Amino acid sequence: MSMASTNKSDSLIAHIFYVLRGNPITALAFILLASFITCALFGPLIVPYDPLASNTSNALMPPSVDHWFGTDNLGRDVFSRVIVATRLDLLISVSAVALSFVIGSILGSVAGYWGGWLDAILNRLLDTIMAFPLFVLAMGIVAALGNTIENIVYATALINIPFYARLVRAEVNIRRDAGFALAAKLSGNSDLRVLAVHIFPNALPPMMVQISLNLGWAILNAAGLSFIGLGVRPPTPEWGIMVAEGANFVISGEWWLALFPGLWLMLAVFTFNLLGDGLRDIVDPRKRT
Amino acid sequence: MSASRRDFLKLSGGAITAASLPFLKVLPASAASDVIVAVMGQTINSLDLHRTGTNRPSYQVAVNVYDRLVSFGTKVTPDGGVSYDYSVIEPEIAESWEITDSEMIFKLKPGGKFQDGSPITAQDVKWSFDRAVSLGGFPAVQMKAGSLESPDQFEAVDDLTFKIKLIRPSKLTLPDLAVPVPFVINSKVALANATDDDPWATEYLHKTPAGSGAFKVAQWKPGEQLVYERNDDYTSGPVPEIKRVIVREVPSPATRLALLERGDVNLSFNMPNKDAKELSEVDGLAIQTTPIENSIYSLCPNLAFDAFKDKRVRQAIAYSVPYQEVFDAGAYGRGEPMWGGPSMTPSDIAWPQKFPYATDLDRAKDLLKEAGMASGFDVPLSISLGQIDWMEPVALLIQENLAKIGVNATIEKVPSANWRTASLVEKRLPLHLETFGGWLNYPCYYFFWCFLEGHLFNSSNYRNEEIEVLTLETLHMPIDDPDYAPKIKRMIEIIWDEVPRIALWQPALSVGMNGVKDFEYWFHSQLDVRNLKGV
Amino acid sequence: MSGRFKTISLRIAQAIPVLFGVVVVSFILTRALPGDPAVYFAGASATEESIAQVREVLGLDKSLPQQFIIYVGDLLRGDLGQSISTGQAVTDDLARRLPASLELTLMALFISCSIAVPLGVMAATKPGSLRDHMCRVIVTAGVSLPTFFTGILLIYVFYYLLGIAPSPLGRLDFIYIEPDTITGFYLIDAAITGDWETWFGALKQLVLPATTLALFTMAPIARMTRAAMLSALSSDFVRTARAAGLSSSKILYGYALHNAMLPVITTLGMVFSFTLGANVLVEKVFAWPGIGSYAIEALVASDYAAVQGFVLAMAILFVLLNLCIDIAYSLIDPRIGFEER
Repeated sequence: MSMASTNKSDSLIAHIFYVLRGNPITALAFILLASFITCALFGPLIVPYDPLASNTSNALMPPSVDHWFGTDNLGRDVFSRVIVATRLDLLISVSAVALSFVIGSILGSVAGYWGGWLDAILNRLLDTIMAFPLFVLAMGIVAALGNTIENIVYATALINIPFYARLVRAEVNIRRDAGFALAAKLSGNSDLRVLAVHIFPNALPPMMVQISLNLGWAILNAAGLSFIGLGVRPPTPEWGIMVAEGANFVISGEWWLALFPGLWLMLAVFTFNLLGDGLRDIVDPRKRT
Repeated sequence: MSASRRDFLKLSGGAITAASLPFLKVLPASAASDVIVAVMGQTINSLDLHRTGTNRPSYQVAVNVYDRLVSFGTKVTPDGGVSYDYSVIEPEIAESWEITDSEMIFKLKPGGKFQDGSPITAQDVKWSFDRAVSLGGFPAVQMKAGSLESPDQFEAVDDLTFKIKLIRPSKLTLPDLAVPVPFVINSKVALANATDDDPWATEYLHKTPAGSGAFKVAQWKPGEQLVYERNDDYTSGPVPEIKRVIVREVPSPATRLALLERGDVNLSFNMPNKDAKELSEVDGLAIQTTPIENSIYSLCPNLAFDAFKDKRVRQAIAYSVPYQEVFDAGAYGRGEPMWGGPSMTPSDIAWPQKFPYATDLDRAKDLLKEAGMASGFDVPLSISLGQIDWMEPVALLIQENLAKIGVNATIEKVPSANWRTASLVEKRLPLHLETFGGWLNYPCYYFFWCFLEGHLFNSSNYRNEEIEVLTLETLHMPIDDPDYAPKIKRMIEIIWDEVPRIALWQPALSVGMNGVKDFEYWFHSQLDVRNLKGV
Repeated sequence: MSGRFKTISLRIAQAIPVLFGVVVVSFILTRALPGDPAVYFAGASATEESIAQVREVLGLDKSLPQQFIIYVGDLLRGDLGQSISTGQAVTDDLARRLPASLELTLMALFISCSIAVPLGVMAATKPGSLRDHMCRVIVTAGVSLPTFFTGILLIYVFYYLLGIAPSPLGRLDFIYIEPDTITGFYLIDAAITGDWETWFGALKQLVLPATTLALFTMAPIARMTRAAMLSALSSDFVRTARAAGLSSSKILYGYALHNAMLPVITTLGMVFSFTLGANVLVEKVFAWPGIGSYAIEALVASDYAAVQGFVLAMAILFVLLNLCIDIAYSLIDPRIGFEER
């Protein structure tokens, strides 16, 4: 766990390069991530058509030079919609994961450091959440609170909290009596400071992996919610909704409506998953061999 | 166990009603001409229409498995399809009837038999009618529409004579006896299974029909399938040609389309418009599309919302709808256009007929300016999640055009569980889509539900003194009364001018057939399998 | 042995507050669902009066605490209530649909394991090789696909275009007789009664949806197999075995894999409960009459009893599953204490 120590940034970068060279797929994932971030930042500026403008006389056109990904049932350009949707989809997954990361970390740290009845209560609470079929819980929350972007974020965050809390709790728990923690405490640091500055950072590397995997999973979760009609509000383009609506057109031959957003969505999730794997290799040299 | 299954194969179906019996082995659907496999997207949740909580798709059981006193006739539509005929009332359980201003007397067919072989008597009719008005909920409402409100009105004079005492003479009473609700139950069987807590045997009839209809229920697996088996001893009409109909529930429309196209099923009920349009060009498939009578898909501006109190604003909305695009994207041309009528005054009392509005954004802007709303306003446009397939594209197109006249609409998707509450009961959606269709095919009936203050489908909170008076005057009036047509024309003229509902189009019911023919359209838009024939 | 029995009962005792929590949360969640079931189920053209009647019949005119007490009382008597949308007792619905979902999930896991475990082992033998990377890309691609999308794609290709898959019509095509219900698992029931034609028919229906789910579940299993194999292969006992001159396949499958099973089983358990909850979308696409599609319909219709029953059933399954994993743990690796974690 040398990763957490800060004065080794040079060797860290060297290490990353070393890992990337040995692992071209992780390098590919980083490149993909960069392009997705570009789409998210500049998407609306670079697309050829207004993603919201309908043109029913031009509806359901197959992919062509003018419309790379074809047009949908209202004549909107699928390519433009797919690109513009990147920002929203990344936003949903990043904010959901950030939320569950923060809440999960706090809960996990507290339970892991102080233990006792706090720990017991938290464990039962997390068990209760975990005992729910998670996707259905998310469905229920969005159905109950209304289908807005915020509620999709909250629902996705809530069902992820247990994973973070468990992870942090375990990491904190095994270190609270470790030599460096005791030393920090003896030198006059408060519990909170020891926890926040000395113990918690050690939990970060494994968390990074979890975060990366969860980003992909959050996108899939939002797409699933869209499929049953609990997605974001039209006409906002979102990959899940586009796949879900396009799915009804596949059998009648308009495969491009679902295929392109589907592939794009898959590529995004794929990127995050590969990234998670790659991060695991970077942070845990033992598994890298 | 396999022996019992073989026994089952040999039986002609005479005594089998239990849903738990194993399912008959049949040939592939395409090879057996007297077995039909139908698919639909919705689920049947009860075999008893009168029960609380019975959903729409379940009404088909009341149609196929039970009979009524009377039925409507059958006609061939201009495009060669088969439809019920609203203008003809035919005998079903009753053989003949006499109507005076104070009562109706029905003579039942002698020899009429329930599916268990027992005779149909006037006592059964009386018990069934009492049940329809006593259990509350939708059945009671529908009975009331025909001025059938209390058990005191019904009397079994003798075994084969049934009498209804009329509260008022109304043209609606006789046709209301031919809707699915007043179906006749075998009261001996039902009463044998009734309890003190459940005097109307709702628990029993919920799972076990006791009727006299053309089909029996051979198997019901809720959420999966329902199997109809022909009643070979049917007494109320001609015995159907088809021996067995399997109705399978397949939620995904894409899957239903594939199944029909590949010939794995014979009939796809209530197809999405787009699929119907595409399959109508495919050889070997027959798509029957019938406009649903007395029904209009509408855009409703709610008068409880300040901006819509001014009729000019409502008219502006009506002029801003991109009707043709809406019709193409929402209905794929399946249905009847309801816009672009020639005059603000109707020339006849046909209903529904084209509203005198068309897309005219300049006119819309002028009207908004006149109303002092030139700068526009914000309004939520609500659609139901349950009908998203057509509501969403329509709402998007309307939203786009409203933006052009300065009205900023945001689309709200309302979950289906909440849709009725929000739109019809609380009537709190400022601008929304609505789909009312009246079972009884009269304009006054449509007005009664949609334009009278407080009435359920008046989701626009509309009130107009003249409409209130004229609707109640015409509701029970015979249509050949010389006052009828002028009054109806006046009513149409008012709501055209005031547009509390903006007509988009008249919807259609599309049924895809592969290897079967003669699906009969009914006003209730549910699957009637009695008239189906193999090709 | 009595110690083990004691810990098992302790685990069960621990599950009780969890289940109670699930009951409370699901009750609150359903009541927070939008819409008024009374209005929904009173049907078209219901008047205010008839809606009130329906509300009374459904017991929704009572206060929330009252409703909760009635609900818990019914639960203790084993009565999950009546589903309004299917019109059946929820216990009957679940009893009929749970085997369908379990059969699908187990079949998916079977397919998934039979591909993912060898892939994981293969990747672990040569980490960093092209083989390793390929395995990783394949399983990651699988988990990156939304299941409903994969499902529709498979239907389109294998049923609609190629015509080699059976019609996606649920558990059995029309041409087969449904096997007599013994366990509710068609494959098992058909096998018991010796009806191999039906068995084959049921299997055919399972292939596409199970593959869809399997694609989605391969990644965690393959990943965990790879990681566990890597650490097993780098451990002392393998080194000793190598030094002792045992054949490499004997080491790989005899020792390393055996030792790598533990984390794989844990993952499998988690994947199983996750999949059972997540196959709602696959069930919807394939018209599979399982509990997933049931839950969607119930949620959409604000069908309180059905949602609560579904959630409770899943929670009980989850608790039981965890118990089974714990027991499996101690069976596979006797060193592992069964103490409370």
